[in-house]
Amino acid sequence: MRKTLLGLAAAALALSVSAPAIAQDKIKACFVYIGPKTDGGWTQAHDIGRQLVDKELGDKVETQYVESVPEGPDAERVIERFARSGCAIVFTTSFGYMDQTIAVASKFPDVKFEHATGYKTAENVTSYNSRFYEGRYIIGQIAAKMSKTGVAGYIASFPVPEVVQGINAFTLGAQSVNPDFKLKVIWVNTWHDAGKEADAAKALIDQGVDILTQHTDSAAPMQIAEERGIKAFGQAFDQIQAGPNAQLTAIVDTWGPYYVKRIQAVLDGTWKGGEATWDGLAEGILEMAPYTNMPDDMKAAAEETEAKIKSGELKPFTGPITKQDGTEWLKEGESADDPTLLGLNFYVKGVDDKLPN
Amino acid sequence: MGIAESILLTIATAATPLLIAAMGELVVERSGVLNLGVEGMMVMGAVCGFAAAALTGSPWMGVFGGILAGVVMSLLFAFLTLSIATNQVATGLSLTLLGLGLSGMIGESFVGSAGRKLPVLDLPVLSDLPLVGRLVFGQDPIFYMSIALTLGVSWFLFRTRAGLTLRSIGDSHSSAHALGISVIGYRYLAVMFGGACAGLAGAHLSLVYTPQWVENMTAGRGWIALALVVFASWRPLRVLAGAYLFGAVTIGQLHAQALGFGIPSQLLSSLPYLATIVVLVLISRNRRLTLMNTPASLGQPFVPER
Repeated sequence: MRKTLLGLAAAALALSVSAPAIAQDKIKACFVYIGPKTDGGWTQAHDIGRQLVDKELGDKVETQYVESVPEGPDAERVIERFARSGCAIVFTTSFGYMDQTIAVASKFPDVKFEHATGYKTAENVTSYNSRFYEGRYIIGQIAAKMSKTGVAGYIASFPVPEVVQGINAFTLGAQSVNPDFKLKVIWVNTWHDAGKEADAAKALIDQGVDILTQHTDSAAPMQIAEERGIKAFGQAFDQIQAGPNAQLTAIVDTWGPYYVKRIQAVLDGTWKGGEATWDGLAEGILEMAPYTNMPDDMKAAAEETEAKIKSGELKPFTGPITKQDGTEWLKEGESADDPTLLGLNFYVKGVDDKLPN
Repeated sequence: MGIAESILLTIATAATPLLIAAMGELVVERSGVLNLGVEGMMVMGAVCGFAAAALTGSPWMGVFGGILAGVVMSLLFAFLTLSIATNQVATGLSLTLLGLGLSGMIGESFVGSAGRKLPVLDLPVLSDLPLVGRLVFGQDPIFYMSIALTLGVSWFLFRTRAGLTLRSIGDSHSSAHALGISVIGYRYLAVMFGGACAGLAGAHLSLVYTPQWVENMTAGRGWIALALVVFASWRPLRVLAGAYLFGAVTIGQLHAQALGFGIPSQLLSSLPYLATIVVLVLISRNRRLTLMNTPASLGQPFVPER
């Protein structure tokens, strides 16, 4: 494995994938990353998963990755390069690689593809996702209990269904404690820009928010929360180091076991395309970091909610739920089905923001 | 601290790295050299600044480390473009790619480690004045450097003989050479100054703005600095205005979003770019003056005839 130099230019990206020759008996598993593998968030969580593959299947599998691949045409070139270079399976780890993954997959029917957090599949493409929103519901509850101002701030990246799910689940969790709880949302239109995330955090705090949560990839908002003496939730990765007094808990992505399972299936010849996997807290694809900086009774309540979600007793998107525009979404006792959630493009009532198109 | 004061402080923090990097590039371009490697030098400044601060325990060593990293990167550029006359555009772009990759490697072991923040100035009474107290008397040292830098560059370029010489080299290197001026020598110094500024701007990111190291943390700020120089038609005070305008609209649009006005966030996110370009184009609309300010030999390689 050689460290790939970050590339703005696709040429540099494509060149850096060229692999050393590998032994015949090993298969190659390849990963496309949206950010640097040490971003302290989303991509790092995937890379830790990849490292688990190295550790558990290292004698049969060789892993490769390319970092900081922009969504769009550049991604297609990188994915295609992987497919040509003999990868048995390619994991594309960002929503915005969806169409590119499908496009390349149709040209390479013998290569297997797995796309994270999307909704399209094909003969040789599966999609896999994590029910992050289960964690968001828990932190929404904690936020409503901890907040003195009754307003939380949400730093959002792009208006894709995964992010909208998170905002809605957070709001529903908070409303289950305090029906009047308010949520301010700022879209920074990037996954990874520490400075901009910090600016957004400061803007939210200046407007009276005393709990922060984010759907972007750096630990900068946590750091600002620590500096300004408010509370925050870690994203994708345990960020306690950045906010020893600020972090209440974090939604930690644990992709490793899934990657090991899927690559094992390739080795066994049991891998099947066209499937969509959507695991949650129960399957362990996401975990909650230790509940800290909160009173014991809140901690107990959070653990209870977590247990209920794991057992299936509590489903965050269960009626009665009203949409932001006041129309009914889910009736009493009715739970949202997966296709609806995967294409979610509206807010629930109580979100103080207009959803970008 | 009131909300207005807090917003002004946030704007100053957002504008400072842009201003410093742009001021360095302005001097480089005034000497007739186009260095597109600002982003690469800046990100190297960020990682080396962070590393130096973490290893020595002193954020001031971080500032020094950032500047040094920028200078070293710029020397590489200077050697290639000035001593062996390679294409400046291609070399600058490669410098950016090199900086982004190299910084990721250097910084790998520093990811997630605790950053050291430069202390802010704290004067009794003055720093506690309402509204402007913190803004004028309670900021980080790099902010004061950025203001001093702007005034210094302005004075140097337009009030000193060396500044006049530098500008004349930028306008016509052959004439300057014929007069016996060391074109290459001046350009080396200008490029190194640009590197030092880019390195300092990077150090600001990893020691003040967000005291941590994250790969690629400049996130395009070097390119914005480059654009500011051109749109400000190579005038230092206009660069200052542009950097602060950009910072103000960036922070303003975040606040507009948090207030929930219902304006599409994509439009708001593009506002800083639009506003800065429109305003700087308007103040630079005098064609004759703009032509006069444009370094005529910008980007052209110079090979002295023997």
